[in-house]
Amino acid sequence: MSWGFLRDLLSGVNKYSTRIGKIWVAVVFVFRLLVYIVAAENIWKYEHDEFECNSRQPGCENVCFDHFFPVSHIRLWALQLIMVSTPSLLVVFHVAYRENREKHHNQKLYKSPGKIDGGLLCTYLISLILKTGFEIVFLVLFYKLYNGFKVPRLVKCDMRPCPNTVDCYISKPTEKMIFLYFLAAVSCLCIVLNLSELSYLIFKHSIKCYLKRYIKKRQ
Amino acid sequence: MDWGALHTILGGVNKHSTSIGKIWLTVLFIFRIMILVVAAERVWGDEQDDFVCNTLQPGCKNVCYDHFFPISHIRLWALQLIFVSTPALLVAMHVAYRRHEKKRQFRKGDQKCEYKDIEEIKKQRFRIEGSLWWTYTSSIFFRLVFEAVFMYAFYFMYDGFRMPRLMKCNAWPCPNTVDCFVSRPTEKTVFTIFMIAVSSICILLNVAELCYLLTKFVLRRSKKAGNSKHQPNHENKEETKQNEMNELISDSCQNTVIGFSS
Repeated sequence: MSWGFLRDLLSGVNKYSTRIGKIWVAVVFVFRLLVYIVAAENIWKYEHDEFECNSRQPGCENVCFDHFFPVSHIRLWALQLIMVSTPSLLVVFHVAYRENREKHHNQKLYKSPGKIDGGLLCTYLISLILKTGFEIVFLVLFYKLYNGFKVPRLVKCDMRPCPNTVDCYISKPTEKMIFLYFLAAVSCLCIVLNLSELSYLIFKHSIKCYLKRYIKKRQ
Repeated sequence: MDWGALHTILGGVNKHSTSIGKIWLTVLFIFRIMILVVAAERVWGDEQDDFVCNTLQPGCKNVCYDHFFPISHIRLWALQLIFVSTPALLVAMHVAYRRHEKKRQFRKGDQKCEYKDIEEIKKQRFRIEGSLWWTYTSSIFFRLVFEAVFMYAFYFMYDGFRMPRLMKCNAWPCPNTVDCFVSRPTEKTVFTIFMIAVSSICILLNVAELCYLLTKFVLRRSKKAGNSKHQPNHENKEETKQNEMNELISDSCQNTVIGFSS
């Protein structure tokens, strides 16, 4: 069980997505998942070992590291990836439910179980809203926990048992900062894609409803 | 999920590429991605652990390492490979979209559709003409731009492609100037030069492919113009009109959904 599972999940979702949805899946695959696995994970691999404080006091480094990194950047990144991909499961479940229903009644109940209309449209819209919500929540969390996306070279720590105030040095701060900005940029891109898809679907559906009503009136 | 997934996605593009494109893909996977994964990652694996500075001052090593290596070679290469492979995804999407269109025509029972079954559509190889030519050419252009940008970024950040054995660091909190020693500098230099050389070969292959596509385009255009000049009779006018219609039909892109190529 690893990231391959997420990849398979997203491939399944891709089948029932709109054009913009497919671009979103491609962006998540290539610029988030792949970058995380081949590059970002290794930067944060030894973050605790390489975190150094200017003190020989046992326990000081541990306490300071825990104080400045309650949840590591890389874990937040992984959680964000998982939470952001999960709402798409709603769509997959709904399509499976439709197909099950057709099998159970042994007749064609829908034009196509994968077509985004009726109840599936509502599910799709809810999944888009949830995806966007999670993206924004994690970006705000990142910003609030770490005071922006900057990673300082030096942090001053005065937690017990460190004697007075002690200088602690973070490893690879510039590299971490570059990747965090990259993460934030791609998150914003995904938010824009989700919002465009939302507007596109609402607009398309409103036009359809309006035309139906107009044709009915004329008749 | 790793480079293998990228290989699966790009493998589909291979079928619809030119011969030079196929060579480029092979060079990318064997001489860049594979070398990165099986060799280069090991060489740079212990880079910060074995980066040693001639001081006991806590924090000096961290600060000096960060100063000399703002972004590690290995991460830059990984990003370069991802960005350079991404334009090929455009081609993969365009091909998948065309296939989807043909499947739709086949299912509608369109008489213009000349396929016997869906399996034939799945296996069909599309020629690089019409809108696919533009997508393909743009993807090569973007590849070139990304390669050039990353090569320049490397050169700019590391002052050339050599990895020095010794670096003098005077960033705070290091006392005065301190000697810092990089681990495995010669091996890193060798691999850096190798990766740069293969990048240059890929740039040359892309330029050659671009020239080939442009030449083909110009020749096709002049052939069409030549044909219409030498045989201006009514029958050929109708034939060319029918050919244009056929091209328009096959290139139409109304109300369709794009997907990945399988």
